[in-house]
Amino acid sequence: MKIDERMGTSPPGDIKGRGFAARVRVGDRVFSGLTLFFGLLIVALLIGLLIVLFIDAWPAIQKFGLSFLTSTVWDPVNEEFGALPAIYGTLLSSLIGLLIAVPISLGSAIFLSELAPGWLKKPCSFLIETLAAIPSVIIGLWGLYIMVPFIRNPVEMWLGSNLGFLPLFEGPPFGVGFLSAGLILAIMVMPIITAVSRDAVRAVPLTQREAMLALGATRWEMITRSVLPYCRSGLVGAVILGLARALGETMAVTMVIGNAYVLSASLFSPGSTIASKVASEFNEASGELYVGSLIELALVLFAITLVVNIIARLLVWRSISVRGTGE
Amino acid sequence: MKEQKVYLRRKVLNRAMLVLCGCAAAIIIVFLVLILGYTLFKGISYLSLDLITQSSKPVGEIGGGMRDDIYGTLILVGLASVIALPVGLMAGIFLAEFAGPKSASTIRFAADILAGVPSIIVGVFAYAILVRPLHSYSALSAGVALAIIMIPVVARTAEESLRLVPNSQREAALALGISRWRMTLGVVVPGAVTGIVTGIMLAVARIAGETAPLIFTALGSAFGVQGLMEPIGALPLQIYRYALSPYSDWQQQAWAAAFLLITLVLGINVVVRLVSSRKTGK
Repeated sequence: MKIDERMGTSPPGDIKGRGFAARVRVGDRVFSGLTLFFGLLIVALLIGLLIVLFIDAWPAIQKFGLSFLTSTVWDPVNEEFGALPAIYGTLLSSLIGLLIAVPISLGSAIFLSELAPGWLKKPCSFLIETLAAIPSVIIGLWGLYIMVPFIRNPVEMWLGSNLGFLPLFEGPPFGVGFLSAGLILAIMVMPIITAVSRDAVRAVPLTQREAMLALGATRWEMITRSVLPYCRSGLVGAVILGLARALGETMAVTMVIGNAYVLSASLFSPGSTIASKVASEFNEASGELYVGSLIELALVLFAITLVVNIIARLLVWRSISVRGTGE
Repeated sequence: MKEQKVYLRRKVLNRAMLVLCGCAAAIIIVFLVLILGYTLFKGISYLSLDLITQSSKPVGEIGGGMRDDIYGTLILVGLASVIALPVGLMAGIFLAEFAGPKSASTIRFAADILAGVPSIIVGVFAYAILVRPLHSYSALSAGVALAIIMIPVVARTAEESLRLVPNSQREAALALGISRWRMTLGVVVPGAVTGIVTGIMLAVARIAGETAPLIFTALGSAFGVQGLMEPIGALPLQIYRYALSPYSDWQQQAWAAAFLLITLVLGINVVVRLVSSRKTGK
């Protein structure tokens, strides 16, 4: 009897049958509404971040206006704040990091996807991903006590005495500074750039390779003239993703950059990045304007990484549309 | 003659560049070995039982440990998970099961961008919404900051694992007459549980080592763990402080604590990835 009712043979006025269907629909609607709410919460978080930072930075934005971005002064006593040295330090250290990391990462990506024998691929990928999992404070600790002394005494000594006439290698070798920060950043972004570009290279169809080899190309010619151009946008995306990570990296850089607030062309010079400035001064900051300026620094960093991240995502998504971005 | 020369040059270039690519991969692995090696070596040589049984001592006194900070890290990770798991999982379920193409790509994009926001900025955000209005550094604000870092990771990995559940299972469940929400919770989620747990554990490993968002939320505490609305210590935070301190005793403790942290983080990481790669046969 009951089954018949549900099959719809019962008259339309039957309360039991409708109740069941309605209950099902209400349950579905509540549940999917709930999941939608939490999904939208992620969007709201992102927008909220932007708004809250803007509001809290407002005293500084109002006071300094655009000159905040071009001033080099950072004087808590007289409440004068400018962001240029921090922005410069952020860009410079990330640039050094990328210059070191990109060739190594692309080489590794090619090795992992094209050259490595099957039994070697998995362990190599595994080890490189493990490097990405090491907490940044530990890389900073290693950088400060192991890498910095090494940078100071053969690397900077040698560069200083042989290439010291260049403004790039001027000044006393401190160890801590832009060069160390750049190297630490290189270590930290290499796993990411490698993993994403490896996936991009793997997504290149086999026919592309075969066609090139059939024309008599060597493997290297096949890679540079057929494979890499084919996944160009994915590779650029991988590098920009690495850049985004480098720009926002905090702990390791704070520990090895030396925290001076200067504009210096020398790579040996201690400096600051936006993130290191915020990390090292936020707790001591007092007064609306000081805190506001630090928050405005964070806002500037947020804006930069937002733009960089969006570009990277679009590029990577377009090239590896088959799967996620390999997080 | 000339052709032979060109041919030779191409062959040498080919061989040289391929070897260089191999060297590039080796360089990355050498860095891993250097960092891991030093941390393990130094950490073990300074490790003592005091580290996990004693509270920290004030400046000038030798000895002490990081018991409270280890405890604090566990609490913060737990707190962040309690906040982030429901949000991340439900958002992941929405993305995989209910979202239309447009809303899915919007939320997915937001999640990826949120995952890319530097963690120090998340810390500033938590400071602005919880520490400043309440006039106190607190475990809660640190937990919220870590949760914000965790949410997009959990959401995206949950989505990807849910997508791997074959549609035939959904159809079979629906054909039995149950509603979609019960199908989702009773059939699809259990089918994807390995992937979901993998994502959660990787997210936990990531936030356990996060330092930047804790500096001005958790602050650190000399009086142990007191409550959700009080400052709290954390292992990575203490490593940072002690590493930059001028006292060699503290620096040694920083190395020992780094050994503990790296064991915890990489331990979770390696085990989870080994297990999941065996299960999926990747």
